[in-house]
Amino acid sequence: MDIISLVLKGDQNAYSILVDRYKNYVFTIVLRYIKSREDAEEVAQDVFIKAYRSLAAFKGDSKFSTWLYTVTTTTCITFLRKKKLEVHSLDNERVFEVADSVDSGMSANQIEQKSKVNMVNEAIKMLSPDDAQVITLFYKGEQTLEEIAQIMGKEPNAVKVQLHRARGRLKEKMEKYFSAEVRDI
Amino acid sequence: MKDTFNVPLEEDEIEVKLWEYIDGLAKADEMSAIEKLVQENAEWKAKYQELLEVHESLNLVELEQPSLRFTKNVMEEIARLQIAPAAKQYINSKIIWGIGGFFITVIVSFLVYGLAQIDWSTSQSVNTGVLDKITDADYTKVFNNTFVNVFIMLNVVLGLMLFDRYLNDKKKKLMKEA
Repeated sequence: MDIISLVLKGDQNAYSILVDRYKNYVFTIVLRYIKSREDAEEVAQDVFIKAYRSLAAFKGDSKFSTWLYTVTTTTCITFLRKKKLEVHSLDNERVFEVADSVDSGMSANQIEQKSKVNMVNEAIKMLSPDDAQVITLFYKGEQTLEEIAQIMGKEPNAVKVQLHRARGRLKEKMEKYFSAEVRDI
Repeated sequence: MKDTFNVPLEEDEIEVKLWEYIDGLAKADEMSAIEKLVQENAEWKAKYQELLEVHESLNLVELEQPSLRFTKNVMEEIARLQIAPAAKQYINSKIIWGIGGFFITVIVSFLVYGLAQIDWSTSQSVNTGVLDKITDADYTKVFNNTFVNVFIMLNVVLGLMLFDRYLNDKKKKLMKEA
């Protein structure tokens, strides 16, 4: 809040502290929606510019990260709508199959060389945006289920179910595409 | 299983309970029951290990990193667009009130001076309107000095500029709220 106060008083440079602190989180969430790193970086920059413009709207009744991730989510959805890409929903099983076929196909050599961490990262990239986002927000975004619900515009119970299903799907992905590594684990 | 939970649980339900246990979201009485099941029941133990592996793997997930120029790009864009932060007040309101007060004082002074010039007792004064009486008053004692006239003109222009700015800010605020 101190940094935010400084920015609101006109200290533009203080905002760079916030950008440095949250850029990795924002960029990771954007990448869950937008697979292209170039587009994702552009959108992530837009998120921070939008956040700067509307900083006075942050009242401090939630964590700054929660507010920022909400801006991130809406910015991503707006970007995808403009690009006329479909934002896949959690329960769309048919779309999930399409995502499987698009995202699969690593060579045996590549798979062998992947560490456990990279394996999980790759598996997350194969999930739907909603699944990937809820996992990222829960494990890396330091958000509670209630805060994630606020960010994603859902009920906390729905987020709890989504998280459970997302983890199940992740496990399936890991078993399907990285079965050798999973056995070694 | 039947002793701890009232009905035997399906595999999906076991998973749900175990995730609640791992996430620390289970109710207090269920936490101890699940802990006991994990220690004593082979099915629960195996499933718990499986889910715990996934949970620990997810804790290792790394954040993606943007380019090294990311922060610089953001700050340059903000500077380029000359985006002003959404500050609550750009101008000290005391200054605005001060200037406003000055002009109100000037206007009231004119009215008071004009009313003071009026001879209310004559029949001519009774038949003419108040505004006419004010405009008929002799202001040459005040406005016979060129310097004073120029000064007053400048202040009128400044006052109008400030008033215009105030109205613009108000309009922007209303449009933003809309």
